[in-house]
Amino acid sequence: MTAPAEPILEVRDLVKHFPLNYGVVFKRQVGAIKAVDGVSFDLRKGETLGVVGESGCGKSTLAKLLMALERPTSGSVRINGRDITTARGAELKRMRRNIQMVMQDPYTSLNPRMTVGDIVGEPFEIHSDVAPKGGRRQRVQELLEVVGLNPDHINRYPHQFSGGQRQRIGIARGLALQPEIIICDEPVSALDVSIQAQVMNLLERLQNEFNLAYIFIAHDLSVVRHISDRIAVMYLGKIVELGNDAEIYDSPTHPYTQALLSAVPVPDPEGRETRQRIILQGDPPSPANPPSGCHFRTRCWKAQDICAEQEPALEARPGSAHPSACHFAEARDVVNAE
Amino acid sequence: MKNPSVDTHLLPADRAGDEPLLAVDNLHVEFQTRQGVVRAVNGVSYSVNAGETLAVLGESGSGKSVTAQAIMGILDMPPARIPKGEVRFHGTDLLTMRDEDRGQIRGRRIAMIFQDALSALNPVFTVGWQIGEMFRVHQGMSKRDARRKAVELMDRVRIPGAKSRVDDFPHQFSGGMRQRIMIAMAIALDPEILIADEPTTALDVTVQAQIMGLLAELQQESDMGLILITHDLGVVADVADKIAVMYGGRIVEHASVFDGYRAPAHPYTKGLLESIPRVDLKGQELYAIKGMPPNLLDMPTGCAFHPRCPYRKENCVTDVPPLYTVSDTRGSACHYWREVLDDGSR
Ligand SMILES: Nc1ncnc2c1ncn2[C@@H]1O[C@H](COP(=O)(O)OP(=O)(O)O)[C@@H](O)[C@H]1O
Ligand SMILES: Nc1ncnc2c1ncn2[C@@H]1O[C@H](COP(=O)(O)OP(=O)(O)O)[C@@H](O)[C@H]1O
Ligand code: SF4
Ligand code: SF4
Ligand SMILES: [Mg+2]
Ligand SMILES: [Mg+2]
Repeated sequence: MTAPAEPILEVRDLVKHFPLNYGVVFKRQVGAIKAVDGVSFDLRKGETLGVVGESGCGKSTLAKLLMALERPTSGSVRINGRDITTARGAELKRMRRNIQMVMQDPYTSLNPRMTVGDIVGEPFEIHSDVAPKGGRRQRVQELLEVVGLNPDHINRYPHQFSGGQRQRIGIARGLALQPEIIICDEPVSALDVSIQAQVMNLLERLQNEFNLAYIFIAHDLSVVRHISDRIAVMYLGKIVELGNDAEIYDSPTHPYTQALLSAVPVPDPEGRETRQRIILQGDPPSPANPPSGCHFRTRCWKAQDICAEQEPALEARPGSAHPSACHFAEARDVVNAE
Repeated sequence: MKNPSVDTHLLPADRAGDEPLLAVDNLHVEFQTRQGVVRAVNGVSYSVNAGETLAVLGESGSGKSVTAQAIMGILDMPPARIPKGEVRFHGTDLLTMRDEDRGQIRGRRIAMIFQDALSALNPVFTVGWQIGEMFRVHQGMSKRDARRKAVELMDRVRIPGAKSRVDDFPHQFSGGMRQRIMIAMAIALDPEILIADEPTTALDVTVQAQIMGLLAELQQESDMGLILITHDLGVVADVADKIAVMYGGRIVEHASVFDGYRAPAHPYTKGLLESIPRVDLKGQELYAIKGMPPNLLDMPTGCAFHPRCPYRKENCVTDVPPLYTVSDTRGSACHYWREVLDDGSR
């Protein structure tokens, strides 16, 4: 674990509701998709916070809110103490420099008509003060070198690179403005196992070298465990459990975390007959109409009356030393949580 | 320098015993492209029996899907061509069979499901109509009976409220439910073999667990042979009886799942297993196979894995390794398989 450092990112009660409209000609709002519904956490310098949860639970929306690519319905995102959600103009531009993103799909996230040099150097066009025009080409070549690409390939186009190399291009671009925070939204999900390991190692090396803080969103729980200091488990727009890797993986206290971990197949056939598995039924409910009380109650095997009436807060409880949003939080040994 | 094409013959276990239910034997598939001939499948052999699960593993581009498409007869020829090889079902080669006979087998007795259920389903027809089509077309069933059968099948793949959802369209279902619909269509005619090509790759782990559980139950009910194509080493460890690992269009290792995971006999398999993040190695660098998958238009000489291989010796650059017999149930296409095997897994 990293030594406690000051928080670089403070997220408080963050909410994003997308209006749900009805009617083709006369649109009226009939409800809202509660994509992010009250999320709070801190991220410290040089730390990695993993974010896991089923698709549709709000991970990418959260990422966009942190980047100020979406405006929140309410709540705040402070970077080094300044709220990016209320920043405008030159101040917003300056703050954005400090928080960059690496996206999942290395095939569609790079403009096919631009050379690698233009792609990696594009942030300098917007923030021309970072690298003077004359020194840009050299700076881009340095960045390519840092991520393990051949600097001589600066004039090539994205299609001339493999998936793993394209992801490196995306990372080089993310590093261009020397940010303190990088948000990785499923950065290795589209890559083959062997290439995935190369990119993960690169991300870790860069973190050490530049003291970067990462928000690492992924659906592969073993990958998240490997890279994260702490992990936030999301369900229907909320964080339901938050802890360090041992707390989340070895003694999860929220039933959803327990189910999620037990669904992950263990890459070892030995003893597979005796493995216990919690199989959740059905799909998560729609974020347009989440259940009352605890959002997870419609799939929870421990649900009681109180779960429909009262929303459980994300906090430490008698059964859980780390924050867990379950009235009946209690550690349970999940055999599969390797 | 071109590599000589390598013939790999039937797995020893099959030669000794009865003919397996389905056997791919020394299959070659190539594509005519503008850049030249792409040899996507280069002498692949594998087999599967009733009730058995064979997992086909390997990086993208290694030829897993093309092999499956050749079995199903759904390759576009041209540009594809099958210069060599057999696909035997109950001992009879499908590739040389009369079209009418083949039509009785493919899609009926051998069925397939794909990764992308949404694009495999027709958006303008109801799911009930599409499942029912199997019965109307193949069995001349009336519309009404076919619809009734569709509801039965939707129940069988555990789609909640099948009766009320049979007239819904594909987009009204979640990804997991659509995959169930694909499975319903595939098992409609009680196939003996089901080929599942990355059936859960696009799904969440929770839904993946549901789908894999469903496939296992269906397999048990009807003693189907299952060919599971995947790159998820966890899923393989969970369900496979035996594994076939592909690299650059060849099987580089085949083994029982227990043997293969305990002590791989090919450096590529070993590398794959070692790149899985492990709890006890947190904070350390992940093991990563260096380099990139081979370019099929410009295959390395000798062993196709040699540019990435930590066990490489001089002759690897020139001599194509045959599929060596490691034991009566396993084989490895590595000159130095003994050394690899002795090192054990991780
Ligand atoms: N621009 C948008 N307009 C309306 N709904 C949206 C928009 N973006 C995301 N959503 C909805 O918000 C929910 C969360 O989506 P997302 O953040 O992409 O989830 P994740 O990344 O966890 O899969 C989903 O129900 C999604 O359909
Ligand atoms: N129609 C085609 N024309 C040319 N090349 C093809 C065609 N279909 C597949 N290939 C090539 O064959 C190789 C094997 O593909 P495939 O079997 O789909 O790999 P995977 O192991 O990922 O399933 C790939 O390099 C692919 O580009
Ligand atoms: S609060 Fe109730 S419904 Fe929610 S997770 Fe806990 S036990 Fe289950
Ligand atoms: S034959 Fe040589 S290069 Fe190929 S896998 Fe074996 S040791 Fe490595
Ligand atoms: Mg997302
Ligand atoms: Mg494929």
